[in-house]
Amino acid sequence: MSDYVVEMLHITKDFPGVKANDDITLQLKKGEIHALLGENGAGKSTLMSVLFGLYQPDGGHIKIRAKEVKINNPNDANALGIGMVHQHFKLVEVFTVLDNIILGAEPAKAGFIQRSDAKKRLEKISKQYGLRVEPDALIEDISVGMQQRVEILKMLYRENEILIFDEPTAVLTPQEIEELMVIMRNFAKEGKSILFITHKLNEIMAVADRCTVLRKGCLVGTVEVKNITKEQLSKMMVGRDINFTVKKKQIGKGNKILEVKHLTIASRLHKNNAVKDVSFDVYGGEIVCIAGIDGNGQTELGYGIIGLEKAASGDIVFKGKTITKSAIKKRETEGLSHIPEDRHKYGLILDYSLEENLVLARYRQKDFQKGGFIRFKNIRTYAKKLIENYDIRCGQGAVTKVRSMSGGNQQKAIVAREIDKQPDLLLAVQPTRGLDVGAIEYIHERLVEVRDSGRAVLLISLELDEVMNVPDRILVMYEGEIVAELTPEQTTVEEMGLYMSGVKRQPRFRKATEGLR
Amino acid sequence: MNVLGDILSLTIIFTVPLLLVALGGMFSERSGVVNIALEGIMVIGALVSFLYMSKIRDSAFAAATPVLATLTGVAVAAVAGMVFALLLAFASIHLKADQTIGGTALNMFAPAFAILLTWTIQGQGQTAIYTPPWARISPTVFGADLQNLNFFQRVFLKEFFITTPLAIFILILVIIVLYKTKFGLRLRSCGEHPQAADSVGVNVYFMRYAGVGISGLLGGIGGFAYALAAGAGFSATVSGYGFLALAVMIFGNWKPLRIVGAASLFAFFKVISAMATAIPFLPSFQKISGGEYIYLMVPYVVTMIVLAFTSKRSRAPKASGIPYDKGAR
Repeated sequence: MSDYVVEMLHITKDFPGVKANDDITLQLKKGEIHALLGENGAGKSTLMSVLFGLYQPDGGHIKIRAKEVKINNPNDANALGIGMVHQHFKLVEVFTVLDNIILGAEPAKAGFIQRSDAKKRLEKISKQYGLRVEPDALIEDISVGMQQRVEILKMLYRENEILIFDEPTAVLTPQEIEELMVIMRNFAKEGKSILFITHKLNEIMAVADRCTVLRKGCLVGTVEVKNITKEQLSKMMVGRDINFTVKKKQIGKGNKILEVKHLTIASRLHKNNAVKDVSFDVYGGEIVCIAGIDGNGQTELGYGIIGLEKAASGDIVFKGKTITKSAIKKRETEGLSHIPEDRHKYGLILDYSLEENLVLARYRQKDFQKGGFIRFKNIRTYAKKLIENYDIRCGQGAVTKVRSMSGGNQQKAIVAREIDKQPDLLLAVQPTRGLDVGAIEYIHERLVEVRDSGRAVLLISLELDEVMNVPDRILVMYEGEIVAELTPEQTTVEEMGLYMSGVKRQPRFRKATEGLR
Repeated sequence: MNVLGDILSLTIIFTVPLLLVALGGMFSERSGVVNIALEGIMVIGALVSFLYMSKIRDSAFAAATPVLATLTGVAVAAVAGMVFALLLAFASIHLKADQTIGGTALNMFAPAFAILLTWTIQGQGQTAIYTPPWARISPTVFGADLQNLNFFQRVFLKEFFITTPLAIFILILVIIVLYKTKFGLRLRSCGEHPQAADSVGVNVYFMRYAGVGISGLLGGIGGFAYALAAGAGFSATVSGYGFLALAVMIFGNWKPLRIVGAASLFAFFKVISAMATAIPFLPSFQKISGGEYIYLMVPYVVTMIVLAFTSKRSRAPKASGIPYDKGAR
């Protein structure tokens, strides 16, 4: 007999046009932390959805504790002791923590929920695992880290023994990630078995016992983590060597391109200001990165610079001219480019073709229109050039509907469009969000090219690897203010974590309320 | 004082249908289906129940136990409304059709069907189905002197139908079901985040059917209560009350107690508009031809104004109006 709690044997799953999983075997031992590694679209989520009963496999079978089972829906999975923390939390925002935890497994007498019983049980579990929560708080009022804790408690409340974590660290601060790793190790010690989906190699090296690697729907192999290096893992995942360090040319500081002076922007989410009295400069030939935990005003700062959000006070000076009140169109024609955070909402029109998307900001130029009529021939030629130069992969060439392209190639299209405008300042907000290592490497190279040509890049990023590798200077934002200026060579992830979580603050960035700078 | 008493009395009986229908709409939206068909549901509920009432009008059963007979009318209205609402449920949940278009279709269908059926049964041109006299409970039943009603009796007993206490009972039931039971918690989760509900094993499709079904049930009863309150009888229309109920639901922020407040407010303006000529201090606009219609606009103008100022702050169930697709991620 085997000591495996979960065996997924020769799983195959077809979607129209794609084989998402092709003969994949994954075996999970009791009490181990097993990482599942792969690029976007490698089939990790599909495989886990099969295990969780969201999809039915077209081939292969699943054994739980050596017994063959059929998992038709999440209820079946739950009955087998399988629980999952989804990448996008499945929490009802207007419900309390307690209601979210008991939903679907409510203790009830004659249909009436016994909330006090549930609360007692929750408190017991919280104490046992050291996962403190406020049962009566609403989900929308608590932090993302707390929300994840609620998801974990949801599994524990259902006494699940097999825990699936789908990219759990994407939204956490370095300290929270550290805590989560401790929690995961504790679970493993208690005999629970953990499946941990990720594409972050550092985390696998830190916490996993074994790792299964998928590529393009196929199994590459399962390895013992202690016998392998990060580089070997990444090669298994991508199929080629990856450069982790970004190479930059030595180049002097150029002219001042962007000057942000005491900028304040109101928040749409709460009554306070999202950006509070922020000042900084960006020069040609440098990449400046705004780092911070999600929701500390970075998004609004980006919106303010590009013009999607009005400044409540303060000024934005671009190449010596004040643009605080200029229209977005004006800013763009003056030489400001923008890779937006939400590529589906602000970056692309998904049901337009690729060529149409590539000229979105430029269709008014003479080359592309005459007397109000669009010159499709020229657009086609231009689009073909960009597709070639930027290696955008698309099924039907220039006329491909953007919606049908992969996330990485959608992002490449935006990057191509924005960089090809030859901007003086490229504002890149989360340009590699959700992309795999190959695409990340590509986008980083493009950003550095812009910098090396003497122009400026303002990068807003939540990814620590990116913050540490790409920029020349880092500005850390916390609660709408800049609290530190760092250079990547002279800081560590731990130090940055302290600034990002508001524990530390450099003396030159005193609180706005503590008097003038 | 008597005028005030009459106004309050009418306000109460017009609050009842608005309240019931708005609570129905709330159930539907909280489960994730926008029910714009409330108007049509009211028409069908009123139509079927009034046909039934006119059928038993002279029966011995009605003569012996008029209250029980009216309650069977309520039951008929509830069933008719529910069956009609399930058409919407089928289209919007099963077929994933656009909920607004499906609802609009039902709204257009209902009054036409009502006239067709009424004429078929009562004869060409006989659109009105009259309210049986026993449906109204006379103040004398409670020992009041008809000629000499005091203020309290005027407000609460002058116009009294069994639907009024029933509405209060339903309101309490709704609050308990929505907030205290397993069913209510699951229903609300489906209107906010159906993927979350699905991931913990809640059957989203079933919950949405239930939500729309309940809205049909309450909408049907509301249609019946409206036809009772309207006076003489039912003539193939509920004059926009279903839409008014939608406004009440939004103004009430999808919460039962706030819906009570909103419903009374709208009913009050409705009564003011109907009784404007009897209220001494209101100007009568005699110089404008058709000036008597000005007050009839009041409840609808108030609706627009109130919604314009409050709908920004109101918070609809997040997933309301979006068909749930298990496959979509």
